[in-house]
Amino acid sequence: MAKPVQDHVLEVIVYLSMFAVTVLTLYPFLNVLAISFNDSVDTVRGGITIWPRQFTLKNYDLIFTFKGMITGFKISVLRTVIGTLAGLISGSMLAFTLSRHDFSARAFISAFLAMTMYVSGGLIPGFILMKDLHLIGTFAVYILPGLVSAFNVFVIRSFIDGLPYALQESAKLDGANDFTIFWRIILPLCKPALATVALFLAVGQWNSWFDTYLFNGSNESLTTLQYELMKILQSTTTSATNSQDSANMAQRMAQVSPESVKMAITIIVTVPILIVYPFLQKYFVKGMTLGAVKS
Amino acid sequence: MKTVTMNEKYAYKRTQHAWRAIHNQKYLYFMSIPFVIWVFVFQYLPLWGWTMAFQKYRPGVSFFKQKWVGLEHFRTLFQDAHFYLVLRNTLAMSLMGLVAGFIVPVLFALLLNEVRVQIMKRFVQTVSYLPHFVSWVVAAGIITKMLSTDGGVVNDLLLGLHIIDRPIQFMAQGNWFWGIVTSADVWKETGWSAIIYLAAIAGIGPELYEAARVDGASRLRQMWHVTLPGIRPTIIILLIMSIGHLLGTGFEKQFLLGNHMVIDYSEVLDLYALNYGLGMGRYSFGTAINIFNSVISLILLFAANGIFKRFTNESIM
Repeated sequence: MAKPVQDHVLEVIVYLSMFAVTVLTLYPFLNVLAISFNDSVDTVRGGITIWPRQFTLKNYDLIFTFKGMITGFKISVLRTVIGTLAGLISGSMLAFTLSRHDFSARAFISAFLAMTMYVSGGLIPGFILMKDLHLIGTFAVYILPGLVSAFNVFVIRSFIDGLPYALQESAKLDGANDFTIFWRIILPLCKPALATVALFLAVGQWNSWFDTYLFNGSNESLTTLQYELMKILQSTTTSATNSQDSANMAQRMAQVSPESVKMAITIIVTVPILIVYPFLQKYFVKGMTLGAVKS
Repeated sequence: MKTVTMNEKYAYKRTQHAWRAIHNQKYLYFMSIPFVIWVFVFQYLPLWGWTMAFQKYRPGVSFFKQKWVGLEHFRTLFQDAHFYLVLRNTLAMSLMGLVAGFIVPVLFALLLNEVRVQIMKRFVQTVSYLPHFVSWVVAAGIITKMLSTDGGVVNDLLLGLHIIDRPIQFMAQGNWFWGIVTSADVWKETGWSAIIYLAAIAGIGPELYEAARVDGASRLRQMWHVTLPGIRPTIIILLIMSIGHLLGTGFEKQFLLGNHMVIDYSEVLDLYALNYGLGMGRYSFGTAINIFNSVISLILLFAANGIFKRFTNESIM
């Protein structure tokens, strides 16, 4: 049977748009990568596309002399590791109890948790609370406020719902208590759901900058990579847009780091995520769908 | 008399039963109560902070000694001309984001589904998630770079094609700002949002396509008459949910992409609350802005839900 002409037209549209999506997504990253490896004086001439014109590693060398970069890196790694682990433990424990249909507080806790997805106090009451709890200026402010996320709990719960309950029943007959069942039976079976949630948590922790800005902006020992990058990138915008203000210009230019260095920091901040996400793809696609369907 | 004792007995039995249930499930309680307390402290206590909006709040003073001022802060807010500018920006960017952030992923999912070369499909999909995983700080940096006047690819391209004869200062003109924020959002989130639609498409029974093919439907017609109706419930649910978050779209993008030259177009409600509330220490006024934002979001959510329930029989509540 001959294909209708329409099918050929569709085919052309499909492949052209897929090409466009690929280019639009990848080009900016490749461009940034190329600039980061290009000599910073040469970069000013413009015209770098996806390949460095004068290859150098100097930009990357320079980054690590910046105040705040090393601390930022350490704190970012630390908050990602601790935040992810803490979030996984709290999320999976809650999810396990909520998956138990015989749990007497199940309905109440589910509703209590689901509410938080729709209402929140907002910026200022949240800030006041952190202040009253004396969390401002501490590392804990990166971990505690985001410890339990309703969405993550529901993702894990819907996964546990899919496991046969008979497993738990037979363990119970063997004399296992609920905690043992959770720790020895449910948790090892939950790996796919845990991988999804771990990715969400880790990305969230690694990428966040606003809590640093809000709570630890003046505390140099608790700075994060994203916050350092934010400061450096924002310094351009102000200088570029203040160009009519020529008195300040020279002084500002001295503070602003070269384009290539900025792009090198951008790459450093981005690379860890680029390494993990393709490997976890099969998990998060499932997790997203489950979470969306059930919540 | 007899009935009373029966009831009492029954009630006593029930309490005993409840306590025994709790005792039997003590591990489940141990594993959930700490987190319930946590949720209460970090998610519900800030709601208590809403009382600040009705006080002349002074930090460090106990709740009972605060001075109550009723709706004064709301009156100030509604009389502030700047508030209407900020509200306009919030609504404009939220609506543009809603329309684009909703149409583009559906379109992308439909087209990606038509890619028959599996390896290419997987590749494009993997690539399309990429921007979702980088922070807004990185995304804003990249977008600013792409749109810059010196060496930005957009200006280079437009100059090269002789569409313009001098570079456009995209980031310094207010009338570009809403479009830039919306495009940035589309660039960052399209691939990610499409996951749910693709999953929904995968759930459509192959026999429907079979039947359509037998009837001589082209692939375009199959898309229109089988795929699109097949994901209709998903589309509607996601649409309602995004309407609920309309005003709560946050301010990261605006904070990071904006600058003082475009502030008349970039300032949104949350930024307004940040600048006036925290920046100037006007906690009560800032909280009033937060409350206004939440109330409008809830009204929109219920309205959208009601409308869809009426016309499509689909709803989330």
